[in-house]
Amino acid sequence: MFEDFFNVVKKRFNDGEEEYKPPMFKCPRCQGTSPLSKYEELHRVCPKCNYHGRLSSTERLAITVDKGSFKELNGGMRSANPLDFPDYSEKQAELRASTGINEAVITGTATIKGSPVVIGIMDSRFMMGSMGSVVGEKITRAFEFATEKKLPVVMFTASGGARMQEGIVSLMQMAKTSGAAKLHSEAGGLYISVMTDPTTGGVTASFASIGDIIIAEPKVLIGFAGRRVIEGTIKQKLPDDFQLAEFMYNKGFVDMIVERRKMRSVLSHLLKLHGYNAKEA
Amino acid sequence: MEEKRTAWERLQLIHTKGRPTIKDYIPQIFTDWYEMHGDRLFGDDRAIIGGLARLDGDPVTIIAEVKGRDINENKTCNFAMPHPEGYRKALRLARQAEKFHRPIICFIDTPGAFCGVAAEERGQGEAIAKNIAEFMTLRTPIISIVLGEGGSGGALALGVCDELAMLENAEYSVLSPRGFASILWKDASREQEASEIMKITAEDMVRLGVAEAIIEEPLGGAHNDLDKISENIKEYLSQKIPEKCKKDIDVLLKERYTKFRKIGAFIE
Repeated sequence: MFEDFFNVVKKRFNDGEEEYKPPMFKCPRCQGTSPLSKYEELHRVCPKCNYHGRLSSTERLAITVDKGSFKELNGGMRSANPLDFPDYSEKQAELRASTGINEAVITGTATIKGSPVVIGIMDSRFMMGSMGSVVGEKITRAFEFATEKKLPVVMFTASGGARMQEGIVSLMQMAKTSGAAKLHSEAGGLYISVMTDPTTGGVTASFASIGDIIIAEPKVLIGFAGRRVIEGTIKQKLPDDFQLAEFMYNKGFVDMIVERRKMRSVLSHLLKLHGYNAKEA
Repeated sequence: MEEKRTAWERLQLIHTKGRPTIKDYIPQIFTDWYEMHGDRLFGDDRAIIGGLARLDGDPVTIIAEVKGRDINENKTCNFAMPHPEGYRKALRLARQAEKFHRPIICFIDTPGAFCGVAAEERGQGEAIAKNIAEFMTLRTPIISIVLGEGGSGGALALGVCDELAMLENAEYSVLSPRGFASILWKDASREQEASEIMKITAEDMVRLGVAEAIIEEPLGGAHNDLDKISENIKEYLSQKIPEKCKKDIDVLLKERYTKFRKIGAFIE
């Protein structure tokens, strides 16, 4: 009886009120909404349009390499402030605290289904994955290490481009990273570049675009110039599919578009096709 | 001696009408100039010119970004904003220079690579990336000179070299101060403030290890005395080109890599 009373009160109380709504994900590509839990369950893939959303570097690492195989290189490296740019050091300290990562890329060695690789994973949460001295130095060292140890390199890119706060020093990281990638290539090393959301600006115009094999995730943004900059130049609106992975694929700048759930096995096959086999136990 | 101008004053100066462009300099510095055209893939981008000439009687390859001196020239050269085919032409001519053992002289003068639909469709990012990577290992000496504007990746695509010189009032930057202000502060009108904070002058470049030399401009700027500024550029090249040509190429390449390798500021 008491329970009935409670239910009546509850019903009255809820009348006219909104029902409980689960958190929703609104897709930046198709604008469709889906339950956030569904989006997360698919490792951040839009259930409606297959847009592959952004992962943190740790999340990406976990679904890519063999468990426990990752050994980080230069993990403690942090940016200085080469131009004494106001608030830059403070902003970085805040980001280190809130994201738990030291910079916009992690690099290290790992195995993918047994094949040894040097891997780099950019993280758009840290200043939009922009490339300053630390990103440049870590990626350069990763390529140099791979050249020395005769290892293949897999780079997951996610970047808004150059790190504005480091000015010209940031621009020079394009030369550094591309140069190191070129020497790795000349030594016969395999370099697979995996473009994830977003890959733009100075990263597109440097090491991301010179992989032996260039893979992209579906519907991610890939381009050199920003969309708004181009719209400003041509004074008209660009089509929705402009600079998406599929657009770049059709224009001949991407070898293949690979879904997240297949990425690990595609990478493993490609590594083995180049003779980078699992070491005998 | 003139008092040093601020970054902002220099930006005004290099946009002065009448500032010499590569088209003014070529007849003053070189002889036997033959321009070559096309990337053999798509077309001929007039924002970058390239070809053969002699410097002090010796063959060199010239690759240069072209500013227009009037509206018609600017229409042709797209205000010195290259498309991918321009960078690919540059790479083709650079490889030719390597084959025939000619040193390469690059003249940088661009607000940046063109931002447009066609440029994206034809792979602006890839074209720049490829030049940067390939120039790093080209087996011939490369000298680059920033004449006025060194705008971002569009400049760096001709800027991987053994030695970089800046004209005294030239600037080199990751992005135009206007673009910088608009990205960082969402306010393009703060471009003057941005220009001072960004460290874009010739002296900044030397201090940051980006440039090795500054070529002095005549009183009031390059436009005041074309003969004098041309003479200064020529004097620099006449000294540097033979110096680099004498070096063992493997040593030169190592030094080229190291020049860029050491740029950066971080804490371990």
